[in-house]
Amino acid sequence: MSAVLDVLPYLVAGWVFLVGCYGLATSRNLIHAVGCLSVCQAGTYVLLLAVGYRDKATAPVYSDIKPGSRPVVDPVVQALTLTDVVVGATVTALLLALVVQISKRHDTVDPDELSELRG
Amino acid sequence: MTRRARLWLLLAGGAGLAVLFAAACLKLPAFGGDRHPYGDRAVRASLARHTANTVSSVNFDQRAFDTLGEMTILFAAVLGCVVLLRQTRDEHRAAPEPAEVALPVRRYALIVLPVALVSGLYVVAHGQLSPGGGFQGGVVAATALHLLYLGADYRALERVRPVGRYEVGDALAASAYLVTGLAGLIGSAAFLANTILPYGTFNTLSSGGTVPLLNAAIGMEVACAVVVLLARFLDQAVEIEGEGGS
Amino acid sequence: MADAVIVVALLLVAASATVAVVTRDPVRQALVLAVLGVVLAVLFTVLQAPDVGLSQLAVGSALTPLLLMLTVRKVRRRGQEKGRGR
Repeated sequence: MSAVLDVLPYLVAGWVFLVGCYGLATSRNLIHAVGCLSVCQAGTYVLLLAVGYRDKATAPVYSDIKPGSRPVVDPVVQALTLTDVVVGATVTALLLALVVQISKRHDTVDPDELSELRG
Repeated sequence: MTRRARLWLLLAGGAGLAVLFAAACLKLPAFGGDRHPYGDRAVRASLARHTANTVSSVNFDQRAFDTLGEMTILFAAVLGCVVLLRQTRDEHRAAPEPAEVALPVRRYALIVLPVALVSGLYVVAHGQLSPGGGFQGGVVAATALHLLYLGADYRALERVRPVGRYEVGDALAASAYLVTGLAGLIGSAAFLANTILPYGTFNTLSSGGTVPLLNAAIGMEVACAVVVLLARFLDQAVEIEGEGGS
Repeated sequence: MADAVIVVALLLVAASATVAVVTRDPVRQALVLAVLGVVLAVLFTVLQAPDVGLSQLAVGSALTPLLLMLTVRKVRRRGQEKGRGR
């Protein structure tokens, strides 16, 4: 059990990222592709937090525990993830705005039809 | 490139990445290990500056410059959305018809709305003490406002939400963050250095020096940004119609 | 005990991410993404990151699916208008 758990979180992070990439590349609808991109992002969050985890530790918040009384997990990776969750959502919104523009200009949201139009 | 060739290329690249990634994972320190040099130093620095929530301390004190960058991305993304989703000349607005809302939905939404709004603000205000902060609380507060769309209708939402003011608020919050950073230059400290304010008593609302100020600026920025974004998307989805539209 | 909870949460994340990708209809995908957001929030909380869990809950289960649905509505409405015009 513990040998599996040593690497499982990293592997899950890799799986989530790769499965998102697969969806991105095979998507027939740009809105679906943006959804897949947010799956890719989720993979990076899992990886970062897995790196910072410590066994039998608690959250790095000292409002209800005495400093030094218990080990805490790494707050640096949490701060990185936290900002990216929110900023990533606004970037997703920007991509969706681009999709809306594309559908206005070309009347399609299928990436294959779009490249046919250009070529 | 044909669809088939693209799929093969993807599979080859994905397989290569998967193999390299798995090999790297096996050499990583085991999950849950006890060695976190950066984390330990961050915790020590945070406690030295009387900030109970070390994550907020990392975000708004130790890595405040990084957060400035993130905030700029957020601001630029919102700006991009506003430009892309503006009403163009060949489009017109059609007022949406008031929709019937089921009574339980209306009642539930109108009860939850103030609760959600207040908890959003609470989460922003207590960012330096308990889990939470500007990023989370801003999203909660802004999303809460949109329960009005569920509970009443689109017109009611538009009345309590003058988008122009939120756009101004977004810009003001971004500049407030910058000004607080510049204030760090006074007293020959560095940009965004947390030295101008007293650190206060540990575990009280005014502890942490500039952390609560930067936190509040981010909270306002995120809340305004989300309101503006949702407003633009709702406009496009509900109101604005193309030329051929009925 | 804590380990078992972490393993279950990780597997749930992997499963819901896979389902989110293979769901090709954007509206259904938005719903699955909301589920993924909640599962991720649970995982982050189990990993002792309540800050991240909170923001993931707000963003992943409400904001992102909402934006996706609004985009779908806009794009489909355009499609209908065109269909009627022709």
